[in-house]
Amino acid sequence: MKLYELTAYELSERLTSGEVSAAEVTEAYFERIESVEEKVAAYLELTQDVAMEQARQVDDWRAGGEQPGPLAGVPVAIKDVLCTRGIRTTCGSKMLKGFRPPYDATTVRRCRDAGMPMLGKTNMDEFAMGSSTENSAYKVTRNPWDLDRVPGGSSGGSAAAVAAGMAPIALGSDTGGSIRQPAALCGISGLKPTYGRVSRYGLVAYASSLDQVGPLARDVRDCALAMNVLAGRDQYDATSADVDVPDYVAALTGDVEGLRAGVPKELMGEGIDPAVRTTIEAAIGQFEELGMAIEEVEMPNLDHSLPVYYVIAPAEAASNLARYDGVRYGHRTEEDVSDVYDLFAKTRGEGFGPEVRLRIMLGTFALSAGYYDAYYLKAQKVRTLIKQDFDAAFEDHDVLLCPTSPTVAFGIGEKADDPLQMKLAHVCTIPVNLAGIPALSIPCGMVDAMPVGLQIMGRPFEEATIMRVGDAYQRATDYHRQRPEL
Amino acid sequence: MYGLAFPKCPLPIPNSRRKVIQMPMEPMIGLEVHAQLNTESKMFCSCSTKFGAEPNSNVCPTCLGLPGSLPVPNRRAVEYVIRTGAALNCQTAARCRFARKNYFYPDLAKNFQISQYDEPLTHDGYIDLDVDGEQVRIRIRRAHLEEDTGKNIHLATGSSLVEYNRSGIPLMEIVTEPDFTTAEQCREYLTQLRLILRCIGVSNANMEEGAMRAEPTVNLVDRETGEATPKVEIKNLNSIRAVYQAVSYEIERQRRAVAEGREDELFQQTRRWDEDKGVTVLMRRKETSDDYMYFPEPDLVPLEPEPEWVEEIYASCPELPAERRERFCTEYDLPRYDAEVLTESRQLADYFEETCKRFEGSAKMVSNWLMGDVMSLLNEAGITIDQSPISCEMLAELLRLIKEDVISGKIAKDVLATMFETGRSAAEIVEEEGLEQISDTGALESVIDEVIEENPGPVEDVRAGKDKAIGFLVGQVMRKTQGQANPQMVNEMLREKLT
Ligand SMILES: [Zn+2]
Repeated sequence: MKLYELTAYELSERLTSGEVSAAEVTEAYFERIESVEEKVAAYLELTQDVAMEQARQVDDWRAGGEQPGPLAGVPVAIKDVLCTRGIRTTCGSKMLKGFRPPYDATTVRRCRDAGMPMLGKTNMDEFAMGSSTENSAYKVTRNPWDLDRVPGGSSGGSAAAVAAGMAPIALGSDTGGSIRQPAALCGISGLKPTYGRVSRYGLVAYASSLDQVGPLARDVRDCALAMNVLAGRDQYDATSADVDVPDYVAALTGDVEGLRAGVPKELMGEGIDPAVRTTIEAAIGQFEELGMAIEEVEMPNLDHSLPVYYVIAPAEAASNLARYDGVRYGHRTEEDVSDVYDLFAKTRGEGFGPEVRLRIMLGTFALSAGYYDAYYLKAQKVRTLIKQDFDAAFEDHDVLLCPTSPTVAFGIGEKADDPLQMKLAHVCTIPVNLAGIPALSIPCGMVDAMPVGLQIMGRPFEEATIMRVGDAYQRATDYHRQRPEL
Repeated sequence: MYGLAFPKCPLPIPNSRRKVIQMPMEPMIGLEVHAQLNTESKMFCSCSTKFGAEPNSNVCPTCLGLPGSLPVPNRRAVEYVIRTGAALNCQTAARCRFARKNYFYPDLAKNFQISQYDEPLTHDGYIDLDVDGEQVRIRIRRAHLEEDTGKNIHLATGSSLVEYNRSGIPLMEIVTEPDFTTAEQCREYLTQLRLILRCIGVSNANMEEGAMRAEPTVNLVDRETGEATPKVEIKNLNSIRAVYQAVSYEIERQRRAVAEGREDELFQQTRRWDEDKGVTVLMRRKETSDDYMYFPEPDLVPLEPEPEWVEEIYASCPELPAERRERFCTEYDLPRYDAEVLTESRQLADYFEETCKRFEGSAKMVSNWLMGDVMSLLNEAGITIDQSPISCEMLAELLRLIKEDVISGKIAKDVLATMFETGRSAAEIVEEEGLEQISDTGALESVIDEVIEENPGPVEDVRAGKDKAIGFLVGQVMRKTQGQANPQMVNEMLREKLT
């Protein structure tokens, strides 16, 4: 086994025992990146000098007898939506070309403090808006399983990097499925934590009430390791929750006997590719074999998830993205301008891509006087109904199961001209963000020689339960061990 | 898409929409006040609020609105608004929210301002005013919390700079119902509000320094029919006097337009006060209300001040200047003017009361000394009463020495100056410098005899019944004793000897 083929957990064991050094691990990753990045195009920026310095620091700690955390020396890739001090953070947008934040996101700082060398910044849909990573202003990332297909999005760079062995763990952000859907399409594991579980400080906002940072990794155990670093209250994020953080790795007991799982009818029916559905049904059968009780549940309000999301998310985005005006940082038009409003208009017209402009217009419309009640307020009310559907379902069920994505990865350019089809790619993941609950995607089979993802949803702050379920599945199967050939 | 709160182009009103408005109409005025809260740190970050720092030095990712930054509310600012609510008889919400007010402007770092919209922190209060002997109650609609913007600086070269030190400083917005009917009431309201905000220590409320800004909305209404002229908002008012003048001007302008049937001058608009010309000038017509696309701030959880905390703040609300002024009149038997001056600052009023407690004499005497000599010493030194080197115990002692005829009032003025300079007590100074008043008849007798001998002319005048001359002789005795003689006794003894 090559070093880049190991899981973070296996790397951690070898680093702790002294079998390999952090510098060797980091070097191995950069070698791997050098050989396959050209094909996959997962990274926007590589930070080899920073990573090597961090790795050597970790080796010094260990040489000095210190016992840093289990992930010390395990490299990490960072989605370009997270602020990295002094390192370009573009959000895949021309608007932030060359922008170097003066501070680290809390999640980035936590990774640094844990001794995780930063490999680089990964590609994404512009401002995290999209489900194929084709909306990046810089490059198109390819699915390592089939280079003509998309890796999913918006955290497509992070997912492709992990799938291609270019990072053991990557951070992503998930507003409507942007961690889980690319994880599913790239055949890896990805967790969207409960809203408030992980700090959003330094996460460039798309939709503040939905955004959450989480890990993408080869398996659930690695996600749990990462969550031990990421989770917890942050004084710089007023929406971060003051809820105890369990040891997520210790929670992976392999025992799921007697747990009750629900399968929402609304997320298994129309719109789900039949072959994907068959694969999911087989996975559900596996859970029954592991001793879980399975039954279908009805959650009628889930049918409204997409329209609700496409009111709330663009509304918050229109406001969050207002700050990009060319006055303080980022892109500024070089055209002649008549006044400051002309400067704003030209700068924003040039700096934002079409999907971002579309969502800003949608959101502005939804918030405008005379439309607010009919759109934004109504969407918030339906959002409450969706939450209530989840509350009811979780009264009798410990977890809910469904496909992560209705289809396997589609071809590059295939849906580029069909915005609705593109948005349907997140149809199974969006309800989770609206409800603020945690959900995990794990690989559970192949269709068309492409990975299929299973989504496991849980009660608020019960990441440990859904990861225990996912880990039990991975103990019994080896879909998560399959690797694309590059 | 690019901000909706822009000036709209003025549109002519079609003639058919013009209506003839009947006289007489009464002014209906509402006031919106922004007061800067004097917290140490900003509203949503820990940057300093200190005035006069190097431009763009009191800034961080949050108040610069950098990508990824988040707001965390300042608890002290919340407390100050609740305290204001308590002082203005408002109710404090058990739960309220911050909202985003969206508009594009370069001094607004995020291109939205975190404010409060339909759920203010405190609401539905009132303030009672005494305007020229008439009692007026003004209802307070709300007092809420928001962040200040930065500042644009336009250079002569045509380019502009933006300064963000002010960005994120906590502001409180206090909105009244349109209950004012005269400019005098507006003036009294702002005067009282300023006193209150200072008294409860939440703002220095200085309009000249920009720590308090007021925007009146003025129109005329026929109270019977409810018919009203369109509302006019006035901006650019930098003093209470300016508010008074602008409101007076605006009432007259609208009245004249109504009386002379010039309805084309009556439309919803924003006007600017031109201080030099003493007129309001049209800034922009408001065809529709501005659309700020308010929505609940998703980066903040709802604000739910703990009931015990709110109760504590309400319970600790100090006696307010107006009540205290009334009490000073009745309890200390002070003239209204004295009570007004003494209650202008909480510290001064406290000082007065503390001195009275320690001095067994008339409160008016305390007031005279405080408002006279003490204040002028403080003003000369450019300090306030709480920084005075003379404690209220020390002042009380000085007053006792006067009252007990140990020193004369004239000597006391010098003693006070020495106390102020050195911080020594009155008794010490009097003792060391031998300033005690000579009330010993034996000691005075020889000096008086001397003066009688040296001034035969005036002595004759006194004997001839010219009472005026006795003053001259007393003065001579005072001179010979360096002012230490008890003038009352000198006067009596002289009369005895010469009649
Ligand atoms: Zn700041």
